[in-house]
Amino acid sequence: MKVNNMKTKFVLLAAIAAALTASPVFAATESAATKWANECGGCHVAYPAKFLPAATWTKIMSGLDKHFGSDASLDAQTSKAISGYLATNAGSGKHGESPASLRISDTRWFQREHSEEMDPSIFKSPLVKSVANCGACHLGVAKGDYSERNIRIPGQGNRRNDD
Amino acid sequence: MNRNRILMLLAFFAATSANAAPAEFLKDFETQARAESAAFKGFSAERGSQFFHAKHGAEWSCASCHTDNPASVGKHAKTDKEIKPMAPSVNPERFTDAAKVEKWFKRNCGDVLNRACTALEKGDFLTYVLSVRK
Repeated sequence: MKVNNMKTKFVLLAAIAAALTASPVFAATESAATKWANECGGCHVAYPAKFLPAATWTKIMSGLDKHFGSDASLDAQTSKAISGYLATNAGSGKHGESPASLRISDTRWFQREHSEEMDPSIFKSPLVKSVANCGACHLGVAKGDYSERNIRIPGQGNRRNDD
Repeated sequence: MNRNRILMLLAFFAATSANAAPAEFLKDFETQARAESAAFKGFSAERGSQFFHAKHGAEWSCASCHTDNPASVGKHAKTDKEIKPMAPSVNPERFTDAAKVEKWFKRNCGDVLNRACTALEKGDFLTYVLSVRK
């Protein structure tokens, strides 16, 4: 096939590129971050990697078939990609604490931040339901934004803007 | 340069990337169900509905998260996370991706039945959710 018209050539290349991106063969090139967002966000908010240290994520990833009472198992390839992403973006310093329960909500920093200036009984409110339901108060969870300025406790209006 | 060649190329790639349809999953489940039991006589939406709404020894039924109506938006029983409707009539993305279908049957059958689902159960389930209209 002889292609001697620049415009036609471009259209052809664009068409092939578009078709390739839609092809499952190339779905494997989906980034680890996207895999993390899709898989870890399937049943709950995709909790930011920085909230737990790498060692804790390793434990979580090796027990996905019994993930806090649910089967969250992944195929080997996806699991490997997500493990790599979590290790790269894992927490340290204040966020380096490794809770025995593997739960973010059992770290000292989490408990401190959710008891100062607020009533922890809100977690039991039907409007929140569970400590796992970050998005009930943190309006920016979809963008990984847990800052104070984006908190709205249901039934209580806005928090002060001091962040 | 002719447009036909572009169209041919596009058609080729479209064909290789075509999504599966729910009917293809039904066909696979049927083949497996025949292999599982010689007494297999086809899937039943009614059996699928019973399966969907009943508990099977564990804490949750399918309906615990997907609600009593598979055409409704669901909510994770524990985390409250929104779950898109199961019924392909309102959510055409359902049962089009083999990897997803396999992943979620494996997980959710484990959660709801404490075991893997049989092909008969999967076929009945799919037949039921396909029968549900808006």
